[in-house]
Amino acid sequence: MKNIADIRSDFPILSTKVYGKPLIYFDNGATTQKPRCVIDSLNEVFTSYNANIHRGVHLLSDKASEEYEKAREKVRSFINAGKREEIIFTSGTTGSINAVAFSFGERFIKKGDEIVISNLEHHANIVPWQMMCERKDAKLRIIPVNDNGEIILEEYYKLLSPKTRLVAVTQVSNALGTMLPVRQIIETAHGMNIPVLVDGAQGVQHGITDVRGLNCDFYVFSGHKIYGPTGIGVLYGVEKWLAELPPYQGGGDMVENVTFEKTTYNELPFRFEAGTMNFPAAIGLGTALDYVLSIGRDNIQKMEQELLDYATKRLSSIDSLKIYGNSNSKISTISFLLKDIHQYDTGMILDKLGIAIRTGTHCAQPVMDRLGISGTVRASMCFYNTKEEIDVLATGIEKVISMFS
Amino acid sequence: MNVITVNQVQDSIVDEFSVFDDWMDKYNLLIDMGKDIPAIDPKFKTRDFLIEGCQSKVWLHPEFRGKKIYFTADSDAIITKGIVGLLIRVFSGRTPDEIISAELYFIDKIGLRQNLSPTRSNGLLSMVRQIKLYAMAYKAKMS
Repeated sequence: MKNIADIRSDFPILSTKVYGKPLIYFDNGATTQKPRCVIDSLNEVFTSYNANIHRGVHLLSDKASEEYEKAREKVRSFINAGKREEIIFTSGTTGSINAVAFSFGERFIKKGDEIVISNLEHHANIVPWQMMCERKDAKLRIIPVNDNGEIILEEYYKLLSPKTRLVAVTQVSNALGTMLPVRQIIETAHGMNIPVLVDGAQGVQHGITDVRGLNCDFYVFSGHKIYGPTGIGVLYGVEKWLAELPPYQGGGDMVENVTFEKTTYNELPFRFEAGTMNFPAAIGLGTALDYVLSIGRDNIQKMEQELLDYATKRLSSIDSLKIYGNSNSKISTISFLLKDIHQYDTGMILDKLGIAIRTGTHCAQPVMDRLGISGTVRASMCFYNTKEEIDVLATGIEKVISMFS
Repeated sequence: MNVITVNQVQDSIVDEFSVFDDWMDKYNLLIDMGKDIPAIDPKFKTRDFLIEGCQSKVWLHPEFRGKKIYFTADSDAIITKGIVGLLIRVFSGRTPDEIISAELYFIDKIGLRQNLSPTRSNGLLSMVRQIKLYAMAYKAKMS
């Protein structure tokens, strides 16, 4: 296995200095940094075979199409989907959820139907369902969470009814780091023939995702949160559902035959890929997934668990610091507040010390409301972070406390 | 009559900040300034006087007396309080015309804009916009 120095040297930006201090990047929940191989693969697309995919008869178009389809196969294998037809490229998690919310809504939702989501969702897994519910006069039901930031399964079971048409839950809370019991959520829903969408935006990069093992009906994630480029995301859907859904957007490549009287649609997955896709980013994502596999997902899990344990211990030892999200089942994210100090003040000072963290509601206002706070400071770590960086964060927090008290 | 002009206040703020090279010291100065801002009457800490566009909450209240506008403010974040305090030093106790015609250069000169994240920077601009809007409203009322 690669040592940490070698891993860090794979990511050019990690040796950057900010305000003259070494960058400590603890904002991986927002976006991850890119290994050199991903940057190189984007460069390679534009310098050696850039051409529109699935259209040309010429060599470059063929090559670009081939690489794009190879990337699709890499995604399929990475999440252990059954077929390449079940992997649709989108602009990101938000794009994927909007597509399902629209198409599923058009096909299956009637007045009075219900969609179940949790109190831990990112706005991207709330608003598209709200919009769908408004269009269809359907209802959104919310799985409540306890004070530790975990969903209350008994309450979830009670929410499911013959009116429930779909359950859409996040794999991991972006704001608190809690891992949700998605397996149980899916099993129970399936017991009542209710399909489940899993938002993997914060989950896919931290563990081994097996969509067939999980038995979810839809799984979505973003490329840029798993060391790939921005502007690319994935929508996995089991074929039996995708085949039933009308296309989300119309345009080129998604059609089979177009006349002014009637258009017939292309087969899966192209039916859901209207217009010129962001093929360079898809290819870059394929490279990023290769990179993750080369480090080893079990190794990543091990390294990140160590970071989480160390950071939890180190930060908990600071008297006036309170951690929000205390589940035993978490990814390497710590959300916290300092007593009587606004999260924004904390973030501004940490920034000046070279530490990039996120402050605010993390696009998850409902869970902040549930916890009765206006936001938190979030340190989201990943395998290229180190214990030494956590020590610098702890020292920085002590400095913040001394400045504001 | 105003003996000290808007620009003289801006210049003295620039001087006060130029003493420090390190941004930590500048922040300490901002934190201190936040402690001295004219306190807003708690009854004005309502949605009506809340400035949108900041990650932290900022309330700004104008009062029109003797043809001049006097501002009071508060924020739940201390650095933001320091920033709104600076704006109050520049703008409070001035006529609507003075406020409308003022060109703010101290923000760039002390490096506030580039040293604040865009969201915060937007908040700063929202505060300035709101102050100018109040001035225009009072001017319209006067005429």
